[in-house]
Amino acid sequence: MKPIVPKKHEPVRIGFYICHCGTNIAGMVDVKAVAKYVGTLSNVAVSRTYKYMCSDPGQELIQQDIRENRLNRVVVAACSPMLHERTFRKATEAGGLNPYYFQMVNIREHDSWVHTDRTEATRKAMALARAGIQRVPHHKPLEVKKVAINPNVLIVGGGIGGIHAALTLANAGKMVYLVEKEATIGGHMAKFDKTFPTLDCAMCVLSPKMAAVGAHPNIHLWTYSEVAKVDGYVGNFKVIVRRKPRYILEDLCTGCQECVDACVYKEPKFPDEFNLGLGKRKPVFLVFPQAIPPVTMIDPEVCLNFKRGKNPDGSHVVSDKCKKTCIEACGDRKAIDFKQTEDIKEITVGTIIMATGFQIFDAKRTPYYGYGVYPNVYNAMEIERLINASGPTEGELVMRNGQVPKKVAIVHCVGSRDENTNRWCSRVCCLYSLKLAHLIKEHTDAEVYNFYIDMRTPGKSMEEFYNRVAEEGLHLIRGRVADVYPDPNDGTTGRLVVQAEDTLTNKILKIPVDMIVLSVGLEPHPEAESLRRMFNLSCSAEGWFLERHPKLAPVNTFTDGIFLAGCCQGPKDIPDTVAQAGAAAAEAFALIDKGHVEQEPNTAYILADECSGCKSCIPLCPYTAITFDEARQKAIINEVLCKGCGTCVASCPSGSIVQNLFEDEEIFSEIDGVLAAVPAE
Amino acid sequence: MPKPKVAFYWCASCGGCEETVVDLAEDILGVVEKVDIVLWPVAMDFKYKDIEAMPDKTITATLLNGAIRTTEQEEMAHLLRRKSQYLIAYGACAHLGGIPGLANQFPREQILQFVYEQSPTMVNEQKTRPQVKFTDNGREPTLPALHNVVRSLDQVVEVDYYVPGCPPTPKLTKAAVTALLENRLPPKGSVIAPDVALCDECPRKATKPTNVSFSEFKRPHQVLMDPEKCFLAQGIVCMGPSTRSGCEAACTVGGMPCTGCFGPTSRVRDQGLKIMSSLCANIAPKEEGEIDRVLEGIPDPVGTFYRYGLAKSMLRRRVNLPVK
Amino acid sequence: MTNENQPSSPSAAWKPRIVAFFCNWCTYTAADLAGVSRMKHASNVRIIRLMCSGRVDPQFVIVALAKGADGVLIGGCHPNDCHYVEGNYKCLRRYQMLKRMIADMGIEPERLRLEWISAAEGEKVKRVVNEMVETVTKLGPLGLPQKFEEWDEEMEHFAEHVAAKEAAAGSGGAEDRTKAQTVETAHA
Repeated sequence: MKPIVPKKHEPVRIGFYICHCGTNIAGMVDVKAVAKYVGTLSNVAVSRTYKYMCSDPGQELIQQDIRENRLNRVVVAACSPMLHERTFRKATEAGGLNPYYFQMVNIREHDSWVHTDRTEATRKAMALARAGIQRVPHHKPLEVKKVAINPNVLIVGGGIGGIHAALTLANAGKMVYLVEKEATIGGHMAKFDKTFPTLDCAMCVLSPKMAAVGAHPNIHLWTYSEVAKVDGYVGNFKVIVRRKPRYILEDLCTGCQECVDACVYKEPKFPDEFNLGLGKRKPVFLVFPQAIPPVTMIDPEVCLNFKRGKNPDGSHVVSDKCKKTCIEACGDRKAIDFKQTEDIKEITVGTIIMATGFQIFDAKRTPYYGYGVYPNVYNAMEIERLINASGPTEGELVMRNGQVPKKVAIVHCVGSRDENTNRWCSRVCCLYSLKLAHLIKEHTDAEVYNFYIDMRTPGKSMEEFYNRVAEEGLHLIRGRVADVYPDPNDGTTGRLVVQAEDTLTNKILKIPVDMIVLSVGLEPHPEAESLRRMFNLSCSAEGWFLERHPKLAPVNTFTDGIFLAGCCQGPKDIPDTVAQAGAAAAEAFALIDKGHVEQEPNTAYILADECSGCKSCIPLCPYTAITFDEARQKAIINEVLCKGCGTCVASCPSGSIVQNLFEDEEIFSEIDGVLAAVPAE
Repeated sequence: MPKPKVAFYWCASCGGCEETVVDLAEDILGVVEKVDIVLWPVAMDFKYKDIEAMPDKTITATLLNGAIRTTEQEEMAHLLRRKSQYLIAYGACAHLGGIPGLANQFPREQILQFVYEQSPTMVNEQKTRPQVKFTDNGREPTLPALHNVVRSLDQVVEVDYYVPGCPPTPKLTKAAVTALLENRLPPKGSVIAPDVALCDECPRKATKPTNVSFSEFKRPHQVLMDPEKCFLAQGIVCMGPSTRSGCEAACTVGGMPCTGCFGPTSRVRDQGLKIMSSLCANIAPKEEGEIDRVLEGIPDPVGTFYRYGLAKSMLRRRVNLPVK
Repeated sequence: MTNENQPSSPSAAWKPRIVAFFCNWCTYTAADLAGVSRMKHASNVRIIRLMCSGRVDPQFVIVALAKGADGVLIGGCHPNDCHYVEGNYKCLRRYQMLKRMIADMGIEPERLRLEWISAAEGEKVKRVVNEMVETVTKLGPLGLPQKFEEWDEEMEHFAEHVAAKEAAAGSGGAEDRTKAQTVETAHA
């Protein structure tokens, strides 16, 4: 059917239809009287009643009238627009008119179903119908906008969350850029020994996935890289990634590590970051044995072939003072390049998944636990490395003083649930504390004391895990540790006393222990703030990236096209992280597969000539759809980002912003119509 | 060819609008040359009957300033409307009700009581009041009655154009008069000033940040104001974003925030409500008590947001005031 | 100060009319829920749908009152639940000032009400509507259109007086009004 193009200045001709809806409406509202009344109003060409407007014949009635009566507007008074606005818009469109020349009036949910006086209900229906009749002449022929989606995906963060999302999408045939800040993927999970509740080894679970990522043809794995800039909007993000120099050519290195063996430093000397400083490494090193990519790297801060200090732009200067036995050992592979520089990559992607993870609470902020002061106090992550077979002590739980502890205290809630540090519960600490208790006992047969506030073990199989571990002879003490101090009865071993009130027995306990493990909570990543600004994301008061809606949209953000996975959104365990990563991948996939996003045309636009550039509107938009165009000195709305809330429209002090479908004149007409006098009887 | 007839008249006003015409300086001679001034109470003598005797619509343009508050002003508005081809509301009072419009917050009786009994400089023990009619020695002098309601000119008669401002600038006046004489007038009912808000021409605009957020409001006498920074960025209420430009930002250039005398743009129905909407939306706190605390920095919202426009606002007047 | 707040006793036929601005996602949906659940309530409220309570321009509220509404109800999502993040907070901030302003203009602030109603709170819609109708009924009609007409009567009386005066004068002015006038305009 050829669309009818309304001529300019054509008189408005409205078709009004009031639905009986069986007896749902007609039982309380005198629909014939309403139709008769509306027929007397200006601009109304046709005014009818019908039993069921949403039925096929009802919709055809509209289409027929549009053709035969030259209607250019349609108003239907029936049920809620939430139900059938779309139906009638389609019918209007099928009749040859722009679908937005239609207005729906709710006289069922808001009238016939909730009132008991026929006269009043009918008068209200008349008033509401009149409001629709007065509004609809102002409607404009709007178009649904489509924005194309680039099929590539950027995933920021290569922990278990990012890895899972990347594999899901890559397996579906999408091109993924996985950008990871460290020199290897794996995140925090790569540091764990065993995971709760099944006590399977973290690396055994993680390693195959990491290898799959490294080998996948659809994944561009960029480790030791950071996102530098993000521009654009959903479907069309332009991202700049900085690939930092590791002085090893990734494509040529085979991971044989002969350079490490050959290094002029015969013994490792420098603190090993992966082992949290508990072990040592050389200037050239592999981050950890199962690193992906399996490529070594050179630390220019300590390598003899580099000068101390940096250039102003952060790059390092080769001193050329070293024998470079590493290059010799590398031989024909020629994978070492001291001249390597930063590589800037520009990519275009349609969707982004943030999987940047967390950091652990720095226990130095709770100095009363003695972290960093007493050598026998450790945080939980350090213990994971100590008991890990590939850790600095090859899995032996040996303290800094060389001893194996016989008594260990595990302090729950360090940094969490505390007004002075972090208010929230970090969700995983009770469970990992129980896990560590079990593993410590297994490794050393020590007496283990868990000091907790509440024992929180939600989730599948977690309560069972708690029971199992508790039955192994743990000392579970319900009391927050108040103080830690050196045991006055010990001079040499560094033994400490843990003081806490056992709230179940009302006794103050002072328990001497050899080793204290602080169960530190999870915090937002230290770079979360700068990251979120770069990506234009909101964060919660605590600093976690903000989901669009905790129940209805837990992986979406307020920025279309950017999704969240894992702990960057809030503390959670590995199963939930992986589930969320899958959800984020699905959301990205849904967008890509559809190929475009459609926008309900209720967006706002700025009247360019009339805008004074007062900038009052700019801070109002949570979607940062309004920006200030410095060149033209006026505000401008990106209609792709605009969600159509209208807040800026209500604010504009000179009336220079208009919202499609909810223009000022349209609302004023409705107000006028709703208050006009209707027949008394 | 006879020169076009022009009339100036003043109603409830301060005389500032007449000053503007005088301030045209040398240009005034050019005006006087080209037109035949038939009425200008501040400068010339006239009698009502002379105006009444003129044939209708023989005055090309009347520039009427001041709000309409008395029966005399109302009568003259009607008279000049009949006698003029173009009736131009000149100045904020005729355009919007102006400062006199603020009287719409009080009952007439309260005002009369204050002026004739309570004011510090009044000595009137017998509480004498002006009378509308008074008999003395067989004569009956009359005085105009004071209406209960202050009105803008277009709330009394049909107006052709508005020249806004308190007062309008000489430049704007000259432009309006010249357009008139050259027959280059915009559509009837136009306000002869740009339909864009003041920020467009304000030199402080560059210093206004794009993330303004108010955690308090201060008034000009409470702070040492930065001479170059946007007033809103300093937490001082400025009506600029809701007020037409065309005055060349005289007030902000001169060191004071805009108070809104040019009135709203054509796209807005109530200037006061719009600026309030904008300022409040940009307040920082989210909790009622804290919001109220910030809003205490605007102790008189009606006086602040409707300084010139109360008579023309949607409510016009405090609604529970008497009409007798 | 005299004559303030003297309520005219409303005629028995008067029923309050309240205009409600409801946000699409929470409040309008809640009103739909009240409907689906057949929760009967007072019929004096007329709902106007907006996408967000942040769209509620104070001009809408005052226009509604000026055109004869006896009360205005604004419905938005609960704090932290706004579908558009913080539109409801902007609405709240405007509302706090608007209440002060209408009180300063002689309108009882109870005629304006802001409620946070979530999509599941059909019961709350019923309760709030009933409460508001009761409150406004006690306050009586606001009747602004009638008030505006009353205010302008002082002008009507004056117009009669002028016409009488002119009839008495019977000269020049009255006749000339009936003649068509040509106008000479000067050209520079």
